[in-house]
Amino acid sequence: MTEVPPGYFLALAGLLFTVGVVGVLVRRNAIVIFMFIELMLNAVNLFFVTFARMQGNLEGQVLVFFVLVVAAAEVVVGLALILLIARRRASLDVDNVRLLKW
Amino acid sequence: MSLDIVVFGAMFVVTLGAALAMLFAHNAVHVALLLVLSQVGLAVAFLLQGAFFVAAVQIIIYAGAIMVLFLFVIMLLGVDRREALDEPLRGQRPLALGLGALLTAQVLYVAWQGVDLAFADGGETAIQEINSDPGNVLGLARVLFGRYVLPFEITSVLLIVAVVGVMVLARRIYSVAPAGDAEAERSEVEEVAV
Repeated sequence: MTEVPPGYFLALAGLLFTVGVVGVLVRRNAIVIFMFIELMLNAVNLFFVTFARMQGNLEGQVLVFFVLVVAAAEVVVGLALILLIARRRASLDVDNVRLLKW
Repeated sequence: MSLDIVVFGAMFVVTLGAALAMLFAHNAVHVALLLVLSQVGLAVAFLLQGAFFVAAVQIIIYAGAIMVLFLFVIMLLGVDRREALDEPLRGQRPLALGLGALLTAQVLYVAWQGVDLAFADGGETAIQEINSDPGNVLGLARVLFGRYVLPFEITSVLLIVAVVGVMVLARRIYSVAPAGDAEAERSEVEEVAV
């Protein structure tokens, strides 16, 4: 196993999460925003694996699977919603979707 | 081990570089491909830390299945669409970048303190021992189907709910066309109100 200190992995995970947050704030295409959310989930997975290594047990790695299941369910429902919105508005720009009812 | 540092450095540059490039890519397909690159880099990070099965799952499910779903939807909606990168909200972008920089500073500060964070008792080699004695997959299975068996069963409910939800969202109502109508062959397709 690696001798790279866990702090370096934590730094990478934190930076990836930050990039994901900035991407969600800055981009306007709904699908692209969704991909940045995936990036954030991936960063959290790296946190879990690093903490598992620090604690010396596998529970952190098991938690990754739960994150994965939630991510899969979220992607499926979210992409269906995006498809419906795109079919209706002919646009993927999230700034156009500002009414609760139309 | 100097080789570990080299692998880690290359993984760090590829993963973070791909993630940063996602911010500036105009085309949604490019964003998706860069995300795949970033996820493969993360799989290397999992391998480095002895999480072999998680690394395999990362590539098969994330970089494989989920990203294919994304690309499928991108293709379905039209790949030629270029996203306008300008921002209509005044001051939103500098504010986002400023808050992002603040978050980066916090993360780096916390990680800097974590560099010489103590491992738990025997934590340095514990994963290695687990990986060599019962094996990574067997060890994971014992935890998942032992202590976490109830959450594991509950995830099946989540998946069922997601499947049913998507079926309701994607449903179309086929209304019966009046008999003798010229259009009767093609039944009218009516979209469910969103």
